[in-house]
Amino acid sequence: MSNLSAVEPPDNPARSNETGHQDHNLLELRGIRAAYERIDVLFGVDLVVPEASVVALLGPNGAGKTTTLRVAAGLHVPSAGDVLIAGRRVNGAKPEELARHGLCMIPEGRGIFPNLTVRENLRMMTYVGRSLAEIEEIAYSRFPRLAERRTQTAGTLSGGEQQMLAMARGMATEPALLILDELSMGLAPIIVAELYEMVAQVARSGVSILVVEQFASTVLGVADYAAIMVHGRIERAGRPDELAADLSKAYLGG
Amino acid sequence: MAQLAVRGVTVRFGGNVALDGVDLDADPGMVTGLIGPNGAGKTTLFNVITGLIPLNSGSIQLNGAPMNDLSPTKRARRGLARTFQRLELFSLLSVRENIRVAADIRKGWARDGSDPAAVTEALIERIGLGAVADARVDALPTGQCRLVELGRSLATRPEVLLLDEPASGQDENETLAFGALLQELAAEGMAVVLVEHDVHLVMRVCHKVHVLDFGRIIAVGDPQQIQTNPAVVAAYLGTPG
Amino acid sequence: MDKFLTFTIVGLATSAIYAVIASGLVLTYTTTGIFNFAQGAIGMLAAFTYWQLRFSWGWPTPVALIVVLFVLAPLFGILIDRVIMRGLQDTSETTKLVVSISLLIGMIGLAQIIWDPNVSRPYATFFATSKPLAIGPTTITWHQLITIAVAIAVAIGLRFLLYATRIGIAMRAAVDDRPLATLNGARPHRVSMFAWAIGSSLAALGGILIAPLVPLEAGTLSLLIISAYAAAIFGRLRSFPLVFVGAIVVGCTEGYLSGYLPQNQYLPGLRLASPAILLFIVLLLLPNPRLRGRTRSREFFPMPSRRGALGFAAGVTAAGVVLATTMSQPDLVTYGRVFSVGIIALSLVPLVGFAGQVSLCQLSFAGIGAIVMAHLGHNGNPIALVWAVLITAAIGAVIALPALRLSGIYLALGTAAFAIALDRWIFTLPKFSVFGLFNIDLFQQGSVSVDPLRLFGFTFDTPGSQMVLLSSVFALLSLLVVAIRRGRFGRRLLAMKDSEAACATLGLNLLGTKVTVFALSAGMAGLGGALLGSQLSSVSPQNFDLVTGLPIFALAVVGGIGAAGGALFGAVSLAGLLPLLAALLPSVSQYLVILPGLAGIGLGRNPNGAVHDLREGFMPIAKSRIVLVATVVVLAGLYAIRMLDAIDNWTYALLTMTTPLVAVVAATLLRRERADGVVPLEWRGVTEPWTDDDVRDLDRVLGLTEVELHGAARG
Repeated sequence: MSNLSAVEPPDNPARSNETGHQDHNLLELRGIRAAYERIDVLFGVDLVVPEASVVALLGPNGAGKTTTLRVAAGLHVPSAGDVLIAGRRVNGAKPEELARHGLCMIPEGRGIFPNLTVRENLRMMTYVGRSLAEIEEIAYSRFPRLAERRTQTAGTLSGGEQQMLAMARGMATEPALLILDELSMGLAPIIVAELYEMVAQVARSGVSILVVEQFASTVLGVADYAAIMVHGRIERAGRPDELAADLSKAYLGG
Repeated sequence: MAQLAVRGVTVRFGGNVALDGVDLDADPGMVTGLIGPNGAGKTTLFNVITGLIPLNSGSIQLNGAPMNDLSPTKRARRGLARTFQRLELFSLLSVRENIRVAADIRKGWARDGSDPAAVTEALIERIGLGAVADARVDALPTGQCRLVELGRSLATRPEVLLLDEPASGQDENETLAFGALLQELAAEGMAVVLVEHDVHLVMRVCHKVHVLDFGRIIAVGDPQQIQTNPAVVAAYLGTPG
Repeated sequence: MDKFLTFTIVGLATSAIYAVIASGLVLTYTTTGIFNFAQGAIGMLAAFTYWQLRFSWGWPTPVALIVVLFVLAPLFGILIDRVIMRGLQDTSETTKLVVSISLLIGMIGLAQIIWDPNVSRPYATFFATSKPLAIGPTTITWHQLITIAVAIAVAIGLRFLLYATRIGIAMRAAVDDRPLATLNGARPHRVSMFAWAIGSSLAALGGILIAPLVPLEAGTLSLLIISAYAAAIFGRLRSFPLVFVGAIVVGCTEGYLSGYLPQNQYLPGLRLASPAILLFIVLLLLPNPRLRGRTRSREFFPMPSRRGALGFAAGVTAAGVVLATTMSQPDLVTYGRVFSVGIIALSLVPLVGFAGQVSLCQLSFAGIGAIVMAHLGHNGNPIALVWAVLITAAIGAVIALPALRLSGIYLALGTAAFAIALDRWIFTLPKFSVFGLFNIDLFQQGSVSVDPLRLFGFTFDTPGSQMVLLSSVFALLSLLVVAIRRGRFGRRLLAMKDSEAACATLGLNLLGTKVTVFALSAGMAGLGGALLGSQLSSVSPQNFDLVTGLPIFALAVVGGIGAAGGALFGAVSLAGLLPLLAALLPSVSQYLVILPGLAGIGLGRNPNGAVHDLREGFMPIAKSRIVLVATVVVLAGLYAIRMLDAIDNWTYALLTMTTPLVAVVAATLLRRERADGVVPLEWRGVTEPWTDDDVRDLDRVLGLTEVELHGAARG
């Protein structure tokens, strides 16, 4: 692990995959370097999210996963490298512009307003140009449990339901690419499993998903591809079954 | 008797249980690790031990004396010190001044013959920041800020030292040196509690590791036992789904 | 029972007004994070505007109402938001506070410019001619009835706005999580603009309803709504239903006080001060806050050097001597307050600048100091100064006790309430005795005379000698402030300002530290007040009221509250430049009252303070020894020529002011010339041996403070 710099550009099957042709990559990061003030966080990250697939970005805390997502969503400007969306270079684009191109990011820690009701939370999404009725329709059809809770304050929902609401809000934009950061944060394993079943459903409807997750085993059941990130670099990438063995080492050492 | 003994500590925020009957011992001369996934309650536990957050039940003892009713200030004077995950440095002051403030504060309550200026200089040397001693801490990279916080907490000459992710923001060499320093401190008789995400550091320096998940201690043991404990692996990696 | 009912109705009508104003305040606070001290002043301006339209120009009531409430007030709110408040992100609470206080000062000034305060303006209540309605044994006027109905309508309207409209939901979303609301297309600028528009409309509504019940005077009207602040705090600045409950509690208490308070000579002031006292009580009932962690802000005040501090003190003393020897007697009287006001402003530096604790009652402490001097300083007995310091310090320490629980906006409100309680009630008390031991007659219900100070057999009874005395005292105190900043206590204060949580975990006694700095600061203000008193020779409560004190606070912060220079800047602008401008431009002198407000509003653009920039500007002089010496020689020479009466005051002043400017240019040119022959940094020590200057240059480039060469070489 000490000679990381000597490792060749990550052998990312997502890239060499037959569907991974340039035009069919919804998101592509090329040689992304990023820093907070003067501290370097990312040292040349290459990552591809092909159309209609789920890519899991895994790794221990502080590896730079969230920063990678923030760069992809336009929330953090990289110091080097290119961000491509559907083959078009979008370096320096504002988050709201990317949102209009069909990118939706659900940040860590539940993107909901706790003192607003479920319905009001959904109503905040009417800015995308859809009526509340349409948005509610999309949300409740995907997450029927929210329909029962529509007049309840979001803060009183269970953790899993809050996360469903956050995803429902994201779906209101009918995104082509959904970026999920630590969906499982603070949730019991059984709820996490349930949530990822819904993620899989969303993916089946044709939405590409890039997900950062600590609960690696759970997400690997859903993901088409996965990459393990350590110290600001993609250390391994491949099909989930190829990676399972490396995970424990990345997280717990040994 | 452990220097710091946490017994059945439970903390609720509204309806959520942040800590659920947590037990933790920290002994002199040892580095005690506390690891766990994000949001497991590690920082909350530190806040409870130092008195910044009230607990709902359980007890916290230092050298056998209960501290539940003491203010953070009084706990510090009993020999408890800590660093903060979200750096709480005095940004308006230089590195030297940050440590000096702490040395002066200690002198104010300990009323011993120590010389705060000498204590400060010795600590600056020990944490290896002599070259930037007069720089404002705001101008330093995170890794060095972590060291300043360590130096500052050492200036109160604590018996128990709680470190909250002290290595995050440090590069590999810094982390190596930092690990050695922690072992030195423990060897001098301090009880060190280390919350850290860099598992390699934890496994290298800790004598004993506690694993916290969903506010509960799910495992205690030496590093090797922890690495192979199925419950720990599941807590970190989730169950295959 | 009739009486009870009558005063209940009075109380409820007042409550209704407070509720309207307070809900506007809470709306802007929750959605934009800015506590608008000028909320009352907006109501005041609206009340005056309405008077102009309705009673002076005779417009029909509905037209005047619509124009004020639905056009002018919202536009004014939007203007405040766009021009002033939007630039305040990332500034400290103190800066935000000063900006909104300055807005208050500026608006009071504006009202006084437009509407001559010496003219009385009758203001009729709504349906004044209609017969009051009978309710059982008592009656309710139409105005009262309308007021209560309006408050109910506002409550319903707000409920509708916040829960049933998209922008209202966006406002609540912004309260919950502002960054997330932005990510979700809430368009934060539109939300804050809307909040300011509605907030100032509500202020205007309250102002128009309250105006007929009180004399139409800018200052009084702006502060009348201190009760509305109490109601807002009751609602924790968050919950509208609680704000309404709070308004009812406060309004009815005031109603019953006016009905049932026994009639005696000590209590009329209490009635006037009751809103402030209620506010204080409500603040104390707030739940105990968690210890504050680190707060980030743009402000930074550098460490003063010993040399700089001595130079500053010498300069201030020299300026005092120069002014005393060159100015005419009337001018000395006019400008004499610069240094006494300066001392009061200086008292804010350790408290606000170092410790980050806000106090709006420094002038009240000064008033206490002046009273002590008046009563104990007969024949100029200097022991009275010691008493003034001790007594004010003790009172300051007591005020600090609740301060451990309060911070930021709450502390500002608490100290403001204390100032109001003093100037409306305590300072107006007739003679009373304490335990039959002392007879105390504070201001003798008017004004009290103060004897000139006598020190070492010398009586400071001329404006010139007072000027020299005060400038020396200011200089000495500035050295004290610098010594504090450089020493143990100062480091501790700065540390506490940064992170109370970290200080507590190091074993610092926060309460003790806060009490000490409050006592120190109050003592300094008391000393300043005592000296100001002996300079004015007669003082009255008006010299020390809250509204008079606010510009001192605001301008000291504008100058840069982290350094003695900032305090001097504030005092010079207030007691020097303003009178000077008024003398130079008599035709516009009446407009000058608005300047302190404008200066404070500009603070948002430069939160480090004006002195910081000035100092940077004049730095080249201090760096070049030749230029520094030459400047001092020229200044001394000019003074000598002036003393010989070879030039008049204007010429002297002009030359004295141009000298430093010329010196800056000279120093810069000299530097550039030398820089041409300079060895590039990376080559130093290679072609020639290292010198002290090389080390210093290197330190400067690397941003380190000076290191001894030998120490560095050894290490």
